[in-house]
Amino acid sequence: MAQTLVLNRREFLKSSSVAGAGLLIGFHLDARAATDAAESQEKPLVNPFNAWVHITPDNRITLILAKSEMGQGVNTSLPMILAEELCVDWKQVGIEQAPTNPKIYQLGTGGSGSIASSWLPLRRAGAAAREMFITAAATHWNVNRDTCVAQDGGILHGARKNFLTYGQLVEKASKLPVPDLTKVPLKNSQDFTIVGNALRRTDAKSKSSGAAKFGIDARVPGMQYAVIARCPVFGGKVKSFDATKAKSVPGVRDVIAIDPVAKGAFSAGGIAVLADNSWAAMQGRNALNIVWEEGPHAGESSETLHKQFLENAAKPGKALRSDGDVDAALAKSAKKIEVTYEFPFAAHASMEPMNCTVHIRPDGAEAWIPTQAPQWAQDVIAGVSGLPHDSVVVHTTLMGGGFGRRYQADFVMEAAQVAKASGKPVMVLWTREDDMQHDFYRPASYHKFSGAIDNDGKVAAWKHFQTSTSIAAMWGDKGEDDSGGGEFGTAAFIPYQTPNYRVEFTLAKSGVPRAWWRSVEHSSSGFVVESFIDELAALAGADPLQYRLNQIGNDRAIPDFGNPKEGNPLKTARQKGVLKLAAEKGGWGSPLPQGMGRGIAGYYAFETYTACVAEVSVADKAVKVHRLVYAVDCGRPINPDGVRAQVESAAIYGLSAAMHDAITIQGGRVEQSNFNDYEMPRIEETPKIEVHVVESTEEPTGIGEPGLPVVAPAICNAVFTLTGKRIRRLPIRAEDLS
Amino acid sequence: MAVTFMLNGKSTTVEADPQMPLLWVLRDTLNMTGTKFGCGMALCGACTVHINGEAARSCITPISSVAGKKITTIEGLSADASHPVQVAWIEEDVPQCGYCQSGQIMSAVALLEKKPNPSDADIDDAMSGNICRCGTYQRIRKAIHRAATMQAAK
Repeated sequence: MAQTLVLNRREFLKSSSVAGAGLLIGFHLDARAATDAAESQEKPLVNPFNAWVHITPDNRITLILAKSEMGQGVNTSLPMILAEELCVDWKQVGIEQAPTNPKIYQLGTGGSGSIASSWLPLRRAGAAAREMFITAAATHWNVNRDTCVAQDGGILHGARKNFLTYGQLVEKASKLPVPDLTKVPLKNSQDFTIVGNALRRTDAKSKSSGAAKFGIDARVPGMQYAVIARCPVFGGKVKSFDATKAKSVPGVRDVIAIDPVAKGAFSAGGIAVLADNSWAAMQGRNALNIVWEEGPHAGESSETLHKQFLENAAKPGKALRSDGDVDAALAKSAKKIEVTYEFPFAAHASMEPMNCTVHIRPDGAEAWIPTQAPQWAQDVIAGVSGLPHDSVVVHTTLMGGGFGRRYQADFVMEAAQVAKASGKPVMVLWTREDDMQHDFYRPASYHKFSGAIDNDGKVAAWKHFQTSTSIAAMWGDKGEDDSGGGEFGTAAFIPYQTPNYRVEFTLAKSGVPRAWWRSVEHSSSGFVVESFIDELAALAGADPLQYRLNQIGNDRAIPDFGNPKEGNPLKTARQKGVLKLAAEKGGWGSPLPQGMGRGIAGYYAFETYTACVAEVSVADKAVKVHRLVYAVDCGRPINPDGVRAQVESAAIYGLSAAMHDAITIQGGRVEQSNFNDYEMPRIEETPKIEVHVVESTEEPTGIGEPGLPVVAPAICNAVFTLTGKRIRRLPIRAEDLS
Repeated sequence: MAVTFMLNGKSTTVEADPQMPLLWVLRDTLNMTGTKFGCGMALCGACTVHINGEAARSCITPISSVAGKKITTIEGLSADASHPVQVAWIEEDVPQCGYCQSGQIMSAVALLEKKPNPSDADIDDAMSGNICRCGTYQRIRKAIHRAATMQAAK
């Protein structure tokens, strides 16, 4: 088994030099690695009253949130964990965003890792504070600690009259020695009163009243609004420009040229127009006269990339994994198929366009940023301004969607450059067109599969060649020379058994920026694996559910191929469990009305198990999805309704990838510009979505992304059942249905 | 030019380029940031407000065109998120990132004012112009039905 070429995310993280050391921990970690990072960060003993729990003598309780809220509900679920161990009434608590202090917090928010990485550290922090309160109260009453219990935000000793609120105790408690966090007693899960309950989001009201403040809502006295003209061709730059007309637009105050930054932040550079309001800035930008130097990628197009894919696929790739002898098995097999799958680039398209507000003064800087990576943002502003980190205050705001896009720092770099030159507080605002044409896209990729089954229908050979524009090649030290393919190691980690299993990779070169898009490589790996197993089931003449269960086989733990030491193994019983649950709830095998088809897919990603049954119809060369029935096993659900909401959300994001998402390239630039040519699912396209959450007591795992990978294969497998047509490229096109 | 209009029940006058969209007057001139910028082309509905009671996309509405008209924004629906549609939104736990929800709520309020008991098809028609990238559509639909029931019970 050749493993050396598989660069797992953790290795990638250690080896890549995308930014300063502050960023490296917490940078798109898988959940397990994030837990390790969180535990190692506990070593310098942090007083929970300094870091996590702020209580005033008048008994106002504020819990600190050290992850960014982008819709995934961490500003509800994480405080729930703290409140549980702290023994406070949920209605009593307020929530505040953590400051950017890398000594205490790892603020990076991604990889569906917030819950998994925070579960134990937050429990310990809450429990430590509770134990300190108990000690303070016992000392006050001069009684044995064992006679004191924490409840409802205070400590009770014997009769109700002996009750002291945390507010009354906080001054003493916070000065006590902090207990050993690895030994502090944690609550028994049977005693949980908050964790496991379907609680409403803490921000539902402010987000229904217009009061919630996103990055774009930052308002600072004396601020100016800026938009930037960027070279439409990736890798291009300004050759010359004339700002005379722009400066004469009413409201325009300044025009500033900024340099591209090639590594790390990967910002495009360009010409910034600063004005009294966003509209004037846009009018000013329209009036700029710029000559671009289009650079080395001006000849790239979706067509040239597809040609490159075909050329790559005509030759063997580098083996990421090779068990048995796949070619020999294919050669001697009578029942075999060879098929190809293809994906375009995809844009994140979060509803709040990118923006960043920065004020750099001689003595310090302050910024308001909707970011998944506040520490990276702080690094960037410190770097541009020349100020020490602790003089750079970053306010992490609410995000109007993130989906991985806001783990970047390009938008921070630009704003810092403009703010440095301007000296005034400046918001750099992106229009929708800017956002869509200067994204870091889900990589385009092409997959060739060869498979064979034996006389019993078992998978005799599974050969998967993939060629991709790759995220690793973009962010690794070796750049485009990186043979990498690291993120595609997940395709070498499947639950299905076969003696002859080979995964190959060839890098496809591209000037189009790539990065993490909701569920990252799993959005494509999930589609190809769950489509191909369905194709083998059809070849075997077997029921798709039963075939999956049979090929998964006995109960066992399959080591994480990319990260066998640290990654959680795939437990086949849990994978089979969600497949069976989704099938049962989705009425698998029961008759459907005429013209309707049903398909299934199951997948393991971010240490969470999902399965989905889709019901579809096809009319006028278009697919309509009527119903998606999910089963998810993400360990202990902290907030079951939050889990359901995230799966509903991932279902629509996955539906978007299946039905619409395609960024195409012509002349080295993106052809799409706004929601007219990059369409989103709308309410009338929304199927009925049912989410069944497994009541598990396993350690909690991620849920922001895992619901996505199964959507497209479940839909396309249903289309096959209904029409006999295999959909092998996304999004689904009319010509592929006829 | 100076433009005067009624904003959430208060007479308001602004000095602005006549072509400047209402959205930017609200957000940047008046610092009323509840109304959101999403696309600038009336494609996503994040900027939805009511002009004389009709749902309208403020991102393509020149300020000069609203002179003398009545404008309601999300901030004008209620002082404390107590409008039945807002209450239904909270009870159904609709928002995720929440960015599009001001526009969704303004579209839903306009719908319920015309059709107090909308069918699913009515909801599709009225809400089709509002994109939610978090995909909260299923809960939006439930919340609109819930608000309709609450209003009928009044």
